[in-house]
Amino acid sequence: MAFADETPTRTEGETSAALDSEGRLAFVERFPFEARMVRYTFLVSFVALALGGVFGVIQALHRTGIYRGIVSNADYYTVLTGHGVLLVLVFTTFFIAGIFLWAVTSSLDREVASQRVTKLWFYLMLVGTLMASVAIIGGFSDLIPASATVLFTFYAPLQASPIFYIGAALIIVGSWIAGVNYFRTFYGWKQENPDERIPLQTFMVLTTMLMWYIATIGVAIEVVVFLIPWSLGLISEVDPLLTRTLFWFFGHPVVYFWLMPAYLVWYTILPKLSGGRLFSDSLARIVFVLFLLLSTPTGFHHQYVDPGIPEGYKFVAMTNTMFLLLPSLLTAFTVVASMEHGARQRGGTGLFGWLKALPWDNPAFSGCALAGMMFAAAGFSGMVNAGMNLNYLVHNTLWVPGHFHLTVGTAFALTAMAISYWLVPQITGKPLGLRKWASAQPFVWFIGMLLMSNAMHRAGLVGVPRRTAVPQYDQFSYESVFGTYGEMRIQIALGGTILFIALVMFLMVMWDTYMGTRGGRLSVSSRIPEPLSNAEASPQVLDRIWLWAAIAFLLVLLAYGLPLYDFVSDGVFAPGSPAYPAFSWLGL
Amino acid sequence: MEIHRFEKVWVACALLLIVGFIATITYGAVGAGVAMVNDEGGTVDAQNLQDTEFADPGVRQVGANEYEVYVVAQQFIFRPGTNEDIVLPANSEVTFYITSADVVHGFNIVGTNVNSMAIPGQVAKLTVQFDEPREYGIVCHEYCGAAHHEMAGIVRVVPESEFSMADTAASDTTAEEDGGDA
Repeated sequence: MAFADETPTRTEGETSAALDSEGRLAFVERFPFEARMVRYTFLVSFVALALGGVFGVIQALHRTGIYRGIVSNADYYTVLTGHGVLLVLVFTTFFIAGIFLWAVTSSLDREVASQRVTKLWFYLMLVGTLMASVAIIGGFSDLIPASATVLFTFYAPLQASPIFYIGAALIIVGSWIAGVNYFRTFYGWKQENPDERIPLQTFMVLTTMLMWYIATIGVAIEVVVFLIPWSLGLISEVDPLLTRTLFWFFGHPVVYFWLMPAYLVWYTILPKLSGGRLFSDSLARIVFVLFLLLSTPTGFHHQYVDPGIPEGYKFVAMTNTMFLLLPSLLTAFTVVASMEHGARQRGGTGLFGWLKALPWDNPAFSGCALAGMMFAAAGFSGMVNAGMNLNYLVHNTLWVPGHFHLTVGTAFALTAMAISYWLVPQITGKPLGLRKWASAQPFVWFIGMLLMSNAMHRAGLVGVPRRTAVPQYDQFSYESVFGTYGEMRIQIALGGTILFIALVMFLMVMWDTYMGTRGGRLSVSSRIPEPLSNAEASPQVLDRIWLWAAIAFLLVLLAYGLPLYDFVSDGVFAPGSPAYPAFSWLGL
Repeated sequence: MEIHRFEKVWVACALLLIVGFIATITYGAVGAGVAMVNDEGGTVDAQNLQDTEFADPGVRQVGANEYEVYVVAQQFIFRPGTNEDIVLPANSEVTFYITSADVVHGFNIVGTNVNSMAIPGQVAKLTVQFDEPREYGIVCHEYCGAAHHEMAGIVRVVPESEFSMADTAASDTTAEEDGGDA
């Protein structure tokens, strides 16, 4: 990936220039540098998606007992670590950094503030990814003297090699710098347009990044203050409960870091793909402000069954989590209303008949719509997770990955794939390849996830644990009230296989698109129409993003100040645990 | 700001749903008495469990139908639970004290809501009722190392007439220690 030999040039006026379906110059023609950087982030993102997907199908076959010949039971956990890190850290963060770069540039109609800084964050994140990946792959072989078989949650005192923690830290630091660059671009625009409302997409990017800065404080302290010095042997002990709490300080809001870009797509692009326009600009802004305020002070809901944490803190996290349902419920309304508006513009009629008028053969539309539908189901299983005392029944069972394969695994991942069908032509100037494959792909993903996720939820209720290579035991067998465990296993394996096929279809479409020739008319339109109720009708106060960030920070202090003070009052490293290095398990 | 009538109705319904959820959970906590695992169990030195109430883990009788069970989770067994069953009488109220001797583990009695993390340095305390004679599986549901999937055990609830403290895992059957609230 050499940048030097690709001097950005404007090709306006040339006959070979790529134009969108309505004759406007494509994004790649207007912003060649930004388009190239988005291509690079998407490339890394899709490579991570491909590898993570291979790991995923290996797991689906292994843990259900359909085929266990690919990895040993011990290596299963290395596969699981790779699946988690590559998909929820690398695939997501790179894709988000890329789509945000596009969203800021195109909604401000302005080049990014600094090209050098853009390259800097990209390379930092890339180096971080390579370091973390080497450490994870080291878990398979003694040839690489490193290991990171500690799963995505990397709970101490299981210990990974320092390069894993340093790599993970670099990915996050890179994302911080990317955020600074979005802000600088925005302030450059603001100087020239002092009286204008923040364009909606930029507003969404900035509020998401503010949420991300607050959320990542936890993991940054965990990794930089505790885990890196500990893995280097500079400190001998860490407090497992404290580091775990710092992880979940970040571990819940990170899901909104994945979700908010999907919402950006659903709010600003999906309505137009449906044939209409967004219902309400103000409601979209309110939703993003609510996410900024409420995403972080909820992390204790991942620790409902942890000892050492008073019940009161768990109760506060529970109420915050429940109120976090509000922005998602508002989104459900606005997105469905916008789709219905679009369908009626296209001639749809009747109470539900309008659904038929939607462009289901357009994969960008169908992918987003199906992802939204699955996210609604995920909302309901999430309500069970959030229900403090109900959580006893499902905590750390297969129910939980059943839930988040609907959220990050579909609401985010399927939306990302779907919008790639719309965006990749614009950032490459090449028409979408293999259109028929693309049209079918979201439905294949949907069917695969329907089988896998529903069976995982049910298996969780039976008591099947998550994160386990062989969930069968000599001591007991599972008793199911509805269906049999054998049938659930087959559904999980079949669903996982179908998902893998859908992933291959997506990658084939991307590859074919990339191999196409640049220029001419694209079949996508880049136009994003004004909302029905537009920004002028939104209260000005919504745009005071630093005010909202300050309130969000205050809420985090209220939710976490006292508990964290409690944990460190007996000593920052106490009660301490020495290291249990992950690589010492090799050969077991 | 203009808010559509339908939006207002929807927001009201959404808030009602949220408040309803919080109310049911509060009822579960206060009315039905489903307490959360909390900090009551206190802390413990994970590297010197032999000097604590976990030195001799197992079942202790503390009242007519009341028992305490001390369990140490460690790579890759529950002590007791894996090498010897945890035996308890039916119609008993049982308080589990669970800790870890090494890494983070999980303790879940399969298919029930007896579910807790076992974190080194912390003691999880949870009180449950066993009404009927039945055998339950225990699994470690937190990844704890290469043989994590082998970490399991048994809780055997026997009829009261068949139960005797002599059968239980703890060698010391007296319950002089109130334990746990360190």
